[in-house]
Amino acid sequence: MKTVNILSLFSENKPGKLAKITEVLAQNGINILGFSIISVKDFGVIKFLVDQPEKAYTLFKESGFTVSILPALGLEMEDKPGGLYQVAKLIFSKGINIESALVYVAETRKKAYFVFETEDIEKAWELLKDEKINFLESRDLV
Amino acid sequence: MELPFWNREIERLPKKNLKNLQLERLKNTLERIYEKVPVYRKKFQELGITPSHLKSLEDIIKFPFTTKEDLFIDYPYGLLAVPLEEVVRVHTSSGTTGKPKAIFFSKKDLETSAELIARCLVMTGATKEDILQNSMTYGLFTGALVMHYGAEKVGILVIPAGPGNTERQIELMKTFGTTLLHMTPSYALYVASVILEKGLIPQKDLKLKTAYLGAEPYSEQTRRKIEEMLDIQVYNCYGLSEMNGPGVGFECPYKEGLHLWEDNFLVEIVHPETGEPVKEGEIGELVLTTLNREAMPLIRYRTRDLTRIISEPCACGRTHIRISRILGRSDDMFIVRGVNIFPQQIEEVLMGIKGVAQNYQIVLENYDEMIVKVEIDREFFDGRIERLLYLKNEITEKLRQTILVRPKVELVEPGTLPISEGKAKRVIDKRTL
Repeated sequence: MKTVNILSLFSENKPGKLAKITEVLAQNGINILGFSIISVKDFGVIKFLVDQPEKAYTLFKESGFTVSILPALGLEMEDKPGGLYQVAKLIFSKGINIESALVYVAETRKKAYFVFETEDIEKAWELLKDEKINFLESRDLV
Repeated sequence: MELPFWNREIERLPKKNLKNLQLERLKNTLERIYEKVPVYRKKFQELGITPSHLKSLEDIIKFPFTTKEDLFIDYPYGLLAVPLEEVVRVHTSSGTTGKPKAIFFSKKDLETSAELIARCLVMTGATKEDILQNSMTYGLFTGALVMHYGAEKVGILVIPAGPGNTERQIELMKTFGTTLLHMTPSYALYVASVILEKGLIPQKDLKLKTAYLGAEPYSEQTRRKIEEMLDIQVYNCYGLSEMNGPGVGFECPYKEGLHLWEDNFLVEIVHPETGEPVKEGEIGELVLTTLNREAMPLIRYRTRDLTRIISEPCACGRTHIRISRILGRSDDMFIVRGVNIFPQQIEEVLMGIKGVAQNYQIVLENYDEMIVKVEIDREFFDGRIERLLYLKNEITEKLRQTILVRPKVELVEPGTLPISEGKAKRVIDKRTL
């Protein structure tokens, strides 16, 4: 299975929270490749795709953050009009439900990845693996 | 399993006989205080009541309460029901301000309090072969001395260690082969952590088997933690100086509530504000009447401790009533939208929900808005917002069912609220009227 690890952080919805979280990454030379923020009134979940997910996970944990690490599928798309549509159509055609997603732009105006989490990632992989599409892997992040 | 008893007959006395004994002793107590204690006579007269108004135990509610403040009327000897020369001991209870409460014991009272402790200790399997390290404060405080006399009555070797000096405590345990401990739960946690830090292996280097922990409320979680750290049994004990000190309520090996010796105390649970009896099984303030005290009988004493009665018969065969562990102080109660709420009710609900960590905080804001801040469990978080929303909803609903007020629930990060042990402030009232 070709997957990448996504970090999720629980955060109260308060000024300065994102700065506190990203400070950990900045001070340790970890590069953010993609991120998303879901906020529901008083709290939210912040997700990151980084170049060193395991190291970042340990650092967050040690700093007392509430963090989890979960695999996601990253599908390559062209960074041009209709790029996301092609990928979304493919995922939909397989009946896969997207729980959360973020975008990693590997080469501006050329190549991007649609990185998403889904309930049953192994099943999603089985459904998608034979498609003519490139999957993002951990080694691509470094 | 054949369980040991100190006084099998009285501890297993059929409920009916127990009630009869209580009624007889209550009558006697009321008559004595009416005759001999001016403070009580005056209280009775103000209510237009005499001891003859008591026909059944239920009539107790016609009689006046005794509050902490009442103990300071005609202080210090005003509540004595015997001549001063019959008194052989005084204990005091630390008041945070001003004079301490003074409690007097006759010779018989000392014997009775030791008898009750003996029942408690034997109930948990202690025998004369045991060695008790008594690490409560000796002196004016009842905690150590009352336990001391009770343990001696059983024939237990008592080490009057007193509190503190943890190094010495551990040395005593090693030297004398201590099997039983009596201390506060917070100190027990500390001592246990020092024992483990020193690299001692409790099973090998020590002979501990039981700890009696009391004098401050603690959670089931704390009990288990201490039990695991030292590989011992921990029994919850409850007492207060006004009621002889330790030995008022004590757990049996089933650890499902504390037995309260009903031949010596009459138990009521009342609403802290109205003083009315609560429905059976509901949380309220524990009110105790001494039934067998000579020097200083007290009736309907407001303990300010919150608990509830467990009325199902206990598997140990004792007929004496059980109360739940002390859930807090009645002063903790607050009112939201006309409903009386105890933080303990909220705590109980929260502790039963998976995904919730130990700490919470209640914030009351204008327009009677109640916000319950709950720390989520680090292990519970898996990055999915749906799960958090579900948790938030579950907490809101379960709280609403229990306290009848719909709170606003806020999930917060673990470690951001004040910790639960000790005197953490649970309720922050920002309401202004």
